[in-house]
Amino acid sequence: MCGIVGLFLKNPALQSKLGAHVETMLVGMSERGPDSAGIAVYHSPVSGGRSKLTLFNADEAYPWRKLAGDIGAALTVETDVSQKGNHALLIAESSEDKIVDWLHENRSEVRIMGYGKLMEVYKDMGLPGDVAKRYGLRGMVGSHAIGHTRMATESAVTTEHSHPFTPAPDMCLVHNGSLSNHNNLRKWLRKQGQTFDTDNDSEVAARYFAYRLSEGATLEEALEAGLTDLDGFFTFTMGTKDGFAVVRDGIACKPAVLAENDDWVAMASEFRSLAYLPNIEKAKIWEPAPATVYTWSLH
Amino acid sequence: MNVIDLSKTSLREVNSRLQKLPKDTNERLWKLTSVHGEHACAVGLTQPIEVQIDGHIGYYCGGMNQNATIVINGQCGVGLAENIMSGEVRVKGNASAAAGATGQGGLIVIEGDAGTRCGISMKGVDIVVGGSVGAMSAFMAQAGSLVVCGDAGANLGDSLYEARIYVQGKVESLGADCVEKKMTPHHLAKLERLLKRAGIAADPARFKRYGSARKLYNFHVDNVDAY
Repeated sequence: MCGIVGLFLKNPALQSKLGAHVETMLVGMSERGPDSAGIAVYHSPVSGGRSKLTLFNADEAYPWRKLAGDIGAALTVETDVSQKGNHALLIAESSEDKIVDWLHENRSEVRIMGYGKLMEVYKDMGLPGDVAKRYGLRGMVGSHAIGHTRMATESAVTTEHSHPFTPAPDMCLVHNGSLSNHNNLRKWLRKQGQTFDTDNDSEVAARYFAYRLSEGATLEEALEAGLTDLDGFFTFTMGTKDGFAVVRDGIACKPAVLAENDDWVAMASEFRSLAYLPNIEKAKIWEPAPATVYTWSLH
Repeated sequence: MNVIDLSKTSLREVNSRLQKLPKDTNERLWKLTSVHGEHACAVGLTQPIEVQIDGHIGYYCGGMNQNATIVINGQCGVGLAENIMSGEVRVKGNASAAAGATGQGGLIVIEGDAGTRCGISMKGVDIVVGGSVGAMSAFMAQAGSLVVCGDAGANLGDSLYEARIYVQGKVESLGADCVEKKMTPHHLAKLERLLKRAGIAADPARFKRYGSARKLYNFHVDNVDAY
């Protein structure tokens, strides 16, 4: 069982409250996922040719400063690092691909949780409220965020298998459900040049959409294609640098509720997570229809 | 009127108070506020009281209701009035999936739209929807009536038994063994009474009736090769 939340702010005036609202939404999904939680927040974009990466190592004493120095020396770029729990936020004067490649080759003990120009990703064990506090979600300012709470029923509670999955720069996906054709799809995606970090079915979906987008599909087209190519149960919520999307399979047995007003769009597995959003009383609230793509864009 | 603020009183306590009301109670009018999408609110009620719920509510609201009238001034989550026995449950807004599932009797009125599987396996309840219903509504519905003033999603009435379905708008597709049937004066009169009871203004003459072709009831020898 899992809980999903997503908040997309249409009104920039609300950006200072993004983290606070998403924290409340995430806590609302505690009963659907008390074991671990993950968040992807789109905020504080880095300028110019810089990139930012959220990194993870289970050891809180991991030498992040040394790592940043090593990257700086190896790639001759400026780097800056700050630690949050067992995560670190690395900002580098370089394209994200170079850093990602270097980390894969030289620091296999470091897991890349997410990368790009504005997305930060934190996943950790414990109650959603505790995880949110540990990473200072409340204070985060930005345009949109997606969160996931997990109740482990089939596999271990690890950050590796936690959502959101982040297959491309500034792109994340959360999934409630299970896919039945992920093995075939993984094989096919490998042939298209995609690489995988886990054996997880949700990662296949994330990389599938990343592949479609990299081939030039719009967010809407990528999700439409997914309705044909992905078999199984799913409610997906996806974030890109300037977009937000929700789609459910044709049976729609995994819960979802959408709410929208002039200021924001919010998605959650249950209404409880939407109950405290500003002006929710007057928002349009509905259940997303089966096999129907819903997208929003900042532009 | 008794007003209970759910931000101050626990849901369990509220349900317990309402469930324990004696048969001849004078406390007939209740209002629940600050409900914030709680699940299983006002379930298992047995007395002819009226409960008004202010705000949006979560799953299984009004489940197993007997005799009580429950009015939700907002939207509701999955499984509204699941297995309702009698009484009335009304939602002023939209309802999520599986509204009125397995309902045995009474009346459910959804003034807005209902999600997928509205009236799944209904066994005698009457459901009137002011808006549209989602896919797979009235799936395996056995008895009672489903009235849809708007449109119906795909596979309406799949594997239907003896429930009656009335739709004013478009039907995306009919499920297996569900067929359009003739609207007789008898059915028109029934539909008119139902709409009136639900307080929804619609012209019965504009509705079409759907029911079971009764071809899935028994094993058919022509299908033997399929097994």
